[in-house]
Amino acid sequence: MKEKTNEPKTSTKEFEAALKSKTAGVYTLKLYIAGMTPRSTRAVANIKEICEKYLKGRYHLEVVDVYQQPTLAKGEQIIAAPTLIKKLPLPLRKFIGDMADVEKILVGLDLRPAKVRKKAGDEQ
Amino acid sequence: MKQKHRTVSRELAKCPTGIKGLDEITSGGLPLGRPTLVTGGAGCGKTVMGMEFLVRGILDYNEPAAFIAFEEGTKELVENFKSLGFDLENMVAQNKLILDHIEINRAEIIETGEFDLEGLFIRLGGIVDSIGAKRVVLDTLETLFSGFGNEFIVRAELQRLFAWLKQKGLTAIITAERGKEGSLTRHGIEEYVSDCVIVLDNRMQEQISTRRLRVLKYRGSSHGSNEYPFLIDEDGISVLPVTSLGLNYSISTERVPTGIAGLDAMFEGKGYFKGSSVLVSGTAGTGKSSMASSFVNGLCHKGTKCLFVAMEESYDQIIRNMRSIGMDLNKCVEKGSLQFYTARPTVFGLEMHLAMMHKLIIKYKPEVVIVDPISSFLTGGMGQDIKSMLTRLIDFCKSRLITTLFTDLTSAANISLERTQEGISSLIDTWILLRDVELNGERNRLINVLKSRGMSHSNQVREFRITSSGIELSDVYIGQGIVLTGSARVQQEARDRVESLTREQEIKSKQRELEGNRKSTQAQITALEAQLAALSDQEKVLQSQETARREAENLAKERLTSSRISKDVQLVSPNKRKRTGAKK
Repeated sequence: MKEKTNEPKTSTKEFEAALKSKTAGVYTLKLYIAGMTPRSTRAVANIKEICEKYLKGRYHLEVVDVYQQPTLAKGEQIIAAPTLIKKLPLPLRKFIGDMADVEKILVGLDLRPAKVRKKAGDEQ
Repeated sequence: MKQKHRTVSRELAKCPTGIKGLDEITSGGLPLGRPTLVTGGAGCGKTVMGMEFLVRGILDYNEPAAFIAFEEGTKELVENFKSLGFDLENMVAQNKLILDHIEINRAEIIETGEFDLEGLFIRLGGIVDSIGAKRVVLDTLETLFSGFGNEFIVRAELQRLFAWLKQKGLTAIITAERGKEGSLTRHGIEEYVSDCVIVLDNRMQEQISTRRLRVLKYRGSSHGSNEYPFLIDEDGISVLPVTSLGLNYSISTERVPTGIAGLDAMFEGKGYFKGSSVLVSGTAGTGKSSMASSFVNGLCHKGTKCLFVAMEESYDQIIRNMRSIGMDLNKCVEKGSLQFYTARPTVFGLEMHLAMMHKLIIKYKPEVVIVDPISSFLTGGMGQDIKSMLTRLIDFCKSRLITTLFTDLTSAANISLERTQEGISSLIDTWILLRDVELNGERNRLINVLKSRGMSHSNQVREFRITSSGIELSDVYIGQGIVLTGSARVQQEARDRVESLTREQEIKSKQRELEGNRKSTQAQITALEAQLAALSDQEKVLQSQETARREAENLAKERLTSSRISKDVQLVSPNKRKRTGAKK
C-alpha cells in the first residue's frame, strides 16, 4: 500500500495532493480554539513554538475561533477545544489539549518515529 | 402559546412526552427544562424513546427539537425511524428538527494536555438557537467517554453540560448504557442528572423477551413506581400502565344479549351485564368457540363493535368454521364491526399480548372483547403471571364498560371442572360451564350457568346443540329421577308422548261415558218431572171439582133455607138459620 508505484489510476486528487505536499514537506495545520481563554493562548503559543522549531518554513497554521465560525467547527467535528487538525500531510490527525505534550505532538506529526512515541506513552 | 400545554403543577412544571402511557406514569411528563436520564442495556429502545419524545413534541406540541447522535449517522437515523412511521426528513425540511451526528473517532485523536468540550457546547448552542429547540436528545454519552481518554475532564465537562442545558431551559433526554453489576450507567453520570431517571430493560423469561420501563427516580413529583411493559411497533412506543388501575370503575345495569335465545332465557331473558366478564369453560369440543362466535355474531350484525382475539385458530379458519354453523362473520368484518387479532401465544410474552390487546382496544374501541382461549397462555407464561395479566385486562375492560368473554379449555386431566387452571374464577362475573355427557354410545353437550353475579339466573342444566343454523338450547329430560340427553332424550320424549297420548285417549272415552250417563240421568229427570207435572195437574182438577161441588151444594142449601124462612123470618137469626140449615 505504501508503494507509490502500485497506486491505482483511480487515486483521488487529494491523494495526489497529499503526495505532492509530502514530497514538499508542507504541513497544513488548523488550530481551533474557543475564545481567548488562557488555555487557548497557551495552545496557540505552544503550537507556534513547535512549528517554528521543527517545521520552519514548511507549514501553514491557521487559528480558528469556534465562537466566530461555528459552521466550520461543525464540519470538522470539533468537540473539544483547543483542537489542532493536521490536514496535510495525510493521514488526518486531531490533537486536543493545550499542546503542552510536545513529544506526543511530534509523534503525531510524524516528526518522530513511533518508537519514541511508545516511550513517551510509557513515561506518562 | 408555549405555556398552554404545560402541565402547571404545584410541585414541578412538566413537559409532556406525548409517548403513550409515559405521561400517565410520570403524572404529566418529564421535568420541564431539565435533563432526564434514560438508561438501559443494548436494544432496550433508548434511542427510540428519545426520538419519539422529540417527534411527539414536534407533532403534538409544536416544539422544535434537536437530536444529537454520537452513535448513528443522520442518514441511518432517518432510515431507521421510517419503519416507525416518523418522517424525519420532512421535519428536518420544515426546520422543526435537527439531526446532528457528532463523530468522535478515538483513533484520530491525540490528547496533548488540558482541554474542554467547548466545541460541543458551541455546536449544541448553535443548533438549539438555529431553530429555537425546546427539546434535546443526546444519544448516547458512552461514546463521549470512550472518545476521550481523560475521564476526569469528560466528567467535569458533562457536569457543565447538564448545568448548561438546565440554564438554557431545555428539556433533555440523555441516554446512557447500563453498567455492569447493577449500576445504572457505566461512568456514573446519573449523579449529574438526578432529577429524573428512567430505566429501560429487555428481559428474557421463558425464551420470550419483554421490554419494561421503570421510573427509578423523579425529584419533586410522584410517579408510578412499578415496572411497566412497553412496546415498540409501527406507532412508536406505547407504555402500558395497566397495573395502575384500581377497583373504582363505574358499572352498568345495561344488558348485552348472549346471541343465543335459549341462553338469554337463562339470564332473565336479557343476557349478560354490559361491562361484565364472562367465562365459558369446558373440555375440548364442547363448543366454546362456537359459543363465543355466536355472541359476536349476534352483536356485530347489529353494529356493535367487537374485538376477537384468537389464540389458536387463524382468521380464515374461524370464518370457515363458523360459516358451517350458520354464522357469516366475514360480513361483520367487512362491515367493520368485527376486528380480529390472531397470534400464537408464544410469539410474545404475556405482557406484550396484554399490551397488544390494550392497544387494539384503545385504537378500535370495541364494546365486546373475546379471548379464545385463555388457556393457551399457559404455554407462554407462568400461572401467576396469567392471572395478573388477565386481572389487568379485565380491569381495563371493565373501566371502559367493555364486556369480555373468555373461553377456557379445561383439560381432561383436570379433576374438577369447576376450577380454572389460571385461577381466575374469582375475577369472573358470569361463568358458563360446558360439558360432555356420554350416554348410549353418543356424546351430548350440556350447558349450565355456574354463577352470574348480580342477576337471578337459571339453575338448570340445558342441552346445547350446535346445528347448521347456530346454537340451540333445549331443556334436558329431567323426569323419573333421571337426566337424559341427545337421542336418549328424544326416545324418552317419544315414549312419554305415546304414553300421554294413550292416557289422553283413555280419559276421553271415560269422559264420553260419563257424558252418556249424565245425559240418560237427565232424561230420566225430565220424564219424572213430566210425570210429576201430570200428577199435580190431576190434583188441581180434583180440587177444583171439589170446590165446584161444594159451591153448588151450598147454593142448593141456601135456596132451601130461604124458602123456609119466608114463613118464620122474625124468629130465627141468620146464625141460627145456618145452624138449623146444617142440622138439616
